[in-house]
Amino acid sequence: MTPRTLYRRIVDAHTVGPLGEGGEILLYVDRQVLNEYTSPQAFAALHAAGRTVWRPQASIAVVDHVNPTNPVRTARTMALADAGRARQVRTLAENCARHGIELYDMLDSRQGIEHVVASEQGLVLPGMVIAAGDSHTTTHGAMGALGFGIGSSEIEHLLATQTLVYRVMRSMRVTIGGRVGAGVTAKDLILALIRTIGADGASGHVIEFTGEAITALGVEGRLTLCNMGVEAAARGAIVAPDDALFEYLHGRPRAPKGADWDAALARWRDLRSEDGAVFDAEVTLDASRIGPMVTWGTSPDQGTTIDSVVPDPAGEADPARRKSMSRALEYMDLRPGQPLDGLAISHAFIGSCTNGRLDDLRDAARVLRGRKVAPGIRAMVVPGSTSVREQAEAEGLDAVFRDAGFEWRQAGCSMCVAMNDDHLEPGDRCASSTNRNFEGRQGAGARTHLMSPAMVAAAAVSGAITDVRRLLPG
Amino acid sequence: MERFTTLTGVAAALQHANLDTDQIMPKQFLRGIDRSGLADGFLFDLRFAAPGRPRPDFVLNRAPWNEAVVLVTGPNFGCGSSREHAVWGMRELGIRCVIGTTFGGIFGDNCTRNGVPAITLPVVEVERLMALAADPARCRITVDLQTRTILSPGDGRELPFEFDPLRRHMLLEGLDAVGLTLQHADDIRRFERQYLQHQPWL
Repeated sequence: MTPRTLYRRIVDAHTVGPLGEGGEILLYVDRQVLNEYTSPQAFAALHAAGRTVWRPQASIAVVDHVNPTNPVRTARTMALADAGRARQVRTLAENCARHGIELYDMLDSRQGIEHVVASEQGLVLPGMVIAAGDSHTTTHGAMGALGFGIGSSEIEHLLATQTLVYRVMRSMRVTIGGRVGAGVTAKDLILALIRTIGADGASGHVIEFTGEAITALGVEGRLTLCNMGVEAAARGAIVAPDDALFEYLHGRPRAPKGADWDAALARWRDLRSEDGAVFDAEVTLDASRIGPMVTWGTSPDQGTTIDSVVPDPAGEADPARRKSMSRALEYMDLRPGQPLDGLAISHAFIGSCTNGRLDDLRDAARVLRGRKVAPGIRAMVVPGSTSVREQAEAEGLDAVFRDAGFEWRQAGCSMCVAMNDDHLEPGDRCASSTNRNFEGRQGAGARTHLMSPAMVAAAAVSGAITDVRRLLPG
Repeated sequence: MERFTTLTGVAAALQHANLDTDQIMPKQFLRGIDRSGLADGFLFDLRFAAPGRPRPDFVLNRAPWNEAVVLVTGPNFGCGSSREHAVWGMRELGIRCVIGTTFGGIFGDNCTRNGVPAITLPVVEVERLMALAADPARCRITVDLQTRTILSPGDGRELPFEFDPLRRHMLLEGLDAVGLTLQHADDIRRFERQYLQHQPWL
């Protein structure tokens, strides 16, 4: 038999059967995560057709996009003034109650961003297929699972049948060898990859990450990496499970226990691409040559290393890309040749499903200890989950952030997507640990520079985008 | 789902690369719980200077493209967020077909589920159609999903295109995807029983 990639093995293990002549299959899905803004339309269609939920225990629902992140979380501070958002939250609760789906509501201690919560609760296990109405579902690839985002119509299909009509994607192996230098993180690796292959570079593909630099990343770094696979248009981004992952999973609330754990572990150890498996595309990067990254434009592939300058659109051969570059520079109020190091900011934001985990907060705190946010800069931390917030407080990280002048807030998507009250004003310039620098993403007219949490911390204390390596302890 | 067989009308060119769904349907339009009332939100900041104040120079605000039914798009149109609101609003505005080199994967799937074929073509053909679409005298085209051809009277060409057979069938017949899959309910149940038997912890 032809050696198979890990991706193909996961798909094969979930194939109910082929459909039609075109190569589509019916794909069984282990788990779906529901949120308040993409699931109501799916439930409404389900109800209109008089259908029911196939397997309620396969779903988990979380409020994350529209909830406030006020410093104190009580029933009163979580009361939503906006009628539309309040209706979204209420509708999710009603749908969950009606179908017997578990919900992590705003006051639940397990609440947080869906892609942070799912792994920390042990809801995603190696070899699973997980789909959700949020593009960053690729995050779960770090757990050795196939995760991908879907629209509301597909959520309806999934709720009703526990399957999706699926076309097998092409495979891409991304090998990142070498060791990262000081101040270089998973965020820098993925931004470097996206810059290299482009925002549509993995279109129609599922990525498998491999190589020394990937193995060396902790599980949380891999979550960052896979999370942003979608920013290169990948329909999945997987890292084969290893001991680091098994250690991470052991003892998580929803991970298997006792004899089940042993049986599961035996299966998980086999989850890897078979020797000689051929990938449709291969990309290789050297981690030792990647520096701290910063985006200058309005697409995640418009980034460069901190010691570089803003590129000149005149040097771009492709007319569509040249036009996008010029438009991006105008929107970002930058000019070709301008250094990124030293570019003044007005805001600093640490959080999101990309970089809102404990390791991210530790990285930022290491830079902030004994320093103050520069005058005039508004700086915020929004932990990825309530659990991350509590663990950080147990380590005293909240004090480091507060002492430095950061606002220490409650968990949610917050200013990554600006669907709650946390947003920027036109012309604001934000150093941000998030995943998208799209026009208007953090607020109409606002300018976003993507970077690692440590780089955001460095920018916050400097008042300008800066090379974090200058601020790292000896 | 509404059927799609053949469509004749004005095509508009949107040359931007990586036009993301945050721009296609900005956040202020995401506070609902249904699929309607989203036409105004479609490409809001490109179409409007402020609510109720259209930008006169934007292509979809100018004749003949204010009646466009097809969009010819730059690479990776619809990348980013999974929000299906992007397609609902586009469809509500009257766009019934999109043509480009690549589309955001989730966006492309969402199009199919809403009766809007997302047709991918080689870059040279997309550029040709984009040039036609930019010319008011030659911007009318016909997309025939039955024969899988795009007719462009503006340059007298008839271009065949590839389209996934199952998706084409669903679009041509306007089929309910959930209903179709539930015809396989016994197969799903059988698979599920066996699958969970070996992994009782799931």
